Amino acid sequence: MSSPPHRLELRGVTKRFPGCLANDQVDLVLRPGEIHALLGENGAGKSTLVKIIYGVLHADAGRIQWNGQDTHIPDPAGARRLGIGMVFQHFSLFDTLTVAENISLGLDQPGPMDALSARIAEVSERYGLSLDPRRHVHNLSVGERQRVEIVRCLLQDPKLLIMDEPTSVLTPQEATRLFETLRRLAAEGCTILYISHKLEEIRALCDTATVLRGGRVVGSCDPRRETARSLAEMMIGTELSTPERLPQGEAGAAKLQVRHLSTTSDNPFATNLKDVSFEVRAGEILGIAGVAGNGQAELMAALSGEALVPDPASVAIEGRPAGHLGPRERRLLGLAFVPEERLGRGAVPELSLSENALLSGYAREPLVRSGLVHFGRARSYAERIIGAFNVVTHGHRAEARSLSGGNLQKFIIGREILQKPRLLVVGQPTWGVDAGAAAAIHRALIDLARSGAAVLVISQDLDELFVLSDRIAVLFHGHLSESRPTHHTSVEEIGLLMGGLFNHPPDEDEVDRAV
Amino acid sequence: MSAELALLGPILAAMLAAATPLLFAALGELVVEKSGVLNLGVEGMMLVGAVCGFAVAVQTGSSTAGFVAGAAAGAGMAALFGVLTLLLLANQVATGLALTLFGVGLSALIGQGFVGIPIADVPELYIPGLTDLPVIGKALFGQDALVYLALAAVPAVHWFLYATRKGLILRAVGENHAAAHALGYKVIRIRFLAVLFGGAMSGMAGAFLSLDYTPMWAEGISSGRGWIALALVVFATWKPGRVLLGAWLFGGVTIAQLHVQGLGIDIPSQLLSMLPYLATVIVLVVISRDVARIRLNAPASLGKVFHPDA
Repeated sequence: MSSPPHRLELRGVTKRFPGCLANDQVDLVLRPGEIHALLGENGAGKSTLVKIIYGVLHADAGRIQWNGQDTHIPDPAGARRLGIGMVFQHFSLFDTLTVAENISLGLDQPGPMDALSARIAEVSERYGLSLDPRRHVHNLSVGERQRVEIVRCLLQDPKLLIMDEPTSVLTPQEATRLFETLRRLAAEGCTILYISHKLEEIRALCDTATVLRGGRVVGSCDPRRETARSLAEMMIGTELSTPERLPQGEAGAAKLQVRHLSTTSDNPFATNLKDVSFEVRAGEILGIAGVAGNGQAELMAALSGEALVPDPASVAIEGRPAGHLGPRERRLLGLAFVPEERLGRGAVPELSLSENALLSGYAREPLVRSGLVHFGRARSYAERIIGAFNVVTHGHRAEARSLSGGNLQKFIIGREILQKPRLLVVGQPTWGVDAGAAAAIHRALIDLARSGAAVLVISQDLDELFVLSDRIAVLFHGHLSESRPTHHTSVEEIGLLMGGLFNHPPDEDEVDRAV
Repeated sequence: MSAELALLGPILAAMLAAATPLLFAALGELVVEKSGVLNLGVEGMMLVGAVCGFAVAVQTGSSTAGFVAGAAAGAGMAALFGVLTLLLLANQVATGLALTLFGVGLSALIGQGFVGIPIADVPELYIPGLTDLPVIGKALFGQDALVYLALAAVPAVHWFLYATRKGLILRAVGENHAAAHALGYKVIRIRFLAVLFGGAMSGMAGAFLSLDYTPMWAEGISSGRGWIALALVVFATWKPGRVLLGAWLFGGVTIAQLHVQGLGIDIPSQLLSMLPYLATVIVLVVISRDVARIRLNAPASLGKVFHPDA
C-alpha cells in the first residue's frame, strides 16, 4: 500500500540575505491533516521559511514539492491558488474597511459583496468563529480581527494553513476556542503549520515539531513526548536557566499611586481609561494583564508622561502629584520606563547604542556637562550596559536597529535599570524576545524589585506575569480590575477577567458595541 | 424680471466655471492621496498642463487637442514625480515641492512665445429652450463641455473608490501598504497609476484655465489654485462630495468679489482678491474640526515611503 503523497515537501531550501544565511539547506515534510509546529528562537529563520512557502520570498536554492509535484510559488496569489493560506502575526488588515471588504481583498475571485457576506456568515458559523461582515475592523477586538484573517483563509478552502504566533494576542479562553477550530480543520484533512513561542501550547496542540536554529533544521520530535524545558533547550542549543521566584520581601512605601485616572482621546482607535486606580509599593512587582487594545497603550502614555492627564493628583510618583509633568520631570522624580515599542519609542533605530544610552540616561547619569555631551562618559555608560546585560553586539557604535529584538530589549532595560530607578514601568518586556534573553530580562526585573524598587509590568503574556508578579490586575475596555496576589489566583481566573468578567460600571463604548 | 435676478444667472454660470479647475485638480489629488501618496506638485502640474494645452491649441487650432495635450503634460510631470518617489524612494514632500518649483519655471520657459496671443473661445453648449431659461438656463445648460466633465467626475470618482474592486484595492494600498503587499497587490504599480491620473487631472485643470476660463497664457496663471486644491482634499476629509462643496464655495466667492470690485466699493482690490482663498480655508477648517472624522478617512499610509523588502 502506497502512502498518500506529502502535502508539502521542502528539500535543501536555502535563502541568503546580505550578511546572513537565513535558511541553510532546510528540509521540511508536512503530511495531510497534521498540525506541525515550527520552533525556533528569533532569527532562527522561521519567518523567512514561511515567507518562502507563501511566495513572499523566493528561495536561492532547493526544491518545493506540493502533493508530490515539483512546484514554484511565484507570489502570494500563486500560493493561494495552490491552496495555501496564511494568518499573519501582525494582521494584514485594513482598519477603516469593513470585515467583508477586508476578506474580499484576500480573495482572488471574491464575487459580489452580498454573496460574499453570506458566505462569510456561513463559514464563520460552521467553525464557531462568529463575525459580522458589515462591521469596521477598527471596532473589533484583537481576537475578532484574527477571526477575520482565519475566515479569509477558510473561504479559499485551504489545504495548508500557516499560523504565525496566533495566540500571542488572545486570552486563554480564546486560544482554547482557536485550538478547537484548528483540530476540526486538521480532522477534515487540512494541514496546519503552527509557529509559536509558547511551548506548552505546542505540546497541547501539535503532532510534530521541527526545530530551527541559526537557519538550519536541528531536529524534529513529537512535542507531546517532550517537556517545555526540553523543547526550549532544543531551540537554544544549551541548558536553560529559568529565574526562580524568591519569596517576596516586605512591601514598602507606595512609589506609584494612580487614583481615579480617566483619559479622553481624540483618536477614535484609542481606548479611554475609565477610573483606573492602583498602587505599586517598593519591593514588589505588579503585573497588569489584558488583551492588547484594552487601554495598555493609553495607561503607558499616562504613566510615562507622554500624555498629560487633566488632574495632576491622579498620578503620584513618590507621593508627589505628577500628572501634569512631562517625561523628563517624571524621570527626575525617580521614574524609569521601558515602552512596548522597541524601535521608535524605546530606542532611535538610526542612532548608535551610546547615543541611545544618552537619550534617557542623561537625566540621572552625569553624561552632559554644561549643555555639552560628554561622549566619553556616554560611551562607557553604554559599554557598562552591554557588559552587565550580555548584549550581543559589535560595540557601542552599533546602530540600535542592527541588534536583534532580544538584544536591543536587554540593552533598553539595562539602560533603565543601571540608572537605579525607584520605580520602573515596563510594557511587554519580552515580546518577540527569545527564551534565553527573556529569562535574563525576567531575572533583572526580579532583582530590581528585590533591591527595593517598585516595578510595574504591563504584558499580554500571562506566563510571564505569573513568573514575575507579586500581584496581578487586569485591564479590560479601559477598566482595571482589583489586583490579586499571584499565588492566590490561576491562569483560568485571570483569563476570565481578561474577557471582562469583573464588576465595572457599563459604559457607552460597550453599549455601542452591543448595538 | 428685476435687475438683480438678471444678474444672478451670469453669476451662477461664472461660479460653476470658476469651480471647475479646482474640481479637476482636487479630485485627481484625492485619488492620489487615497492610494497613500502625497503629491504637493499640483500647482506645477497645473501650470505645465496650462501652457502645453495652450501651445498645442494655438498650433493645431483645436481646443480638444489642447485639453488632451494639457492632460498628457500633467501626467508627464506626475510620471517624473512617480519615478522619483515610488521607484527611487525619494521623500514625497520634498519632491512634490520641487515639482511645483520646476513646473513654474518650465511653464514660463515654454510659454515665452505665447504670451499675449489670442485664442478662439471654446464653444459652449446650446440647447434651444433650456439654455434660454431665465436665471438658471445659462448656468445649467450653457457651459463648456469641461464644466460638465468635472461635475461628472465627482460621482465617478466616488463610484470608483467605493463601489468597484479596483477602488477597494486602491484604498487598501493607501491604508496599509505592507498588508496590501503581503496579500500580493502590486503597491508601486497601483500608486503609479494613481499618480498619473492625478497628474492628468491637474493638467486638465491647467488647460481649462488657459484655454477656456481666461483664455490666454500668462505666467503663473494658476495663481495658487493648485495649493487650494491640495487644502480642499484634506479639509474635505477625502470625500469627493465635500470637494464639490468646497470648489463651489471658492468659485462663488471668486465671482462675488469680482462683482463687488465692479460696483466700485472702496475696498482695496488686493484684499478682495484674497477673499476666495481666505473664505475657502476658513470654512473648510471649521467644518473639518472633527479630528475623529479625519482619522477615519485619512489614508493611514499617506506620504510614507514603501520599500517592498521582506
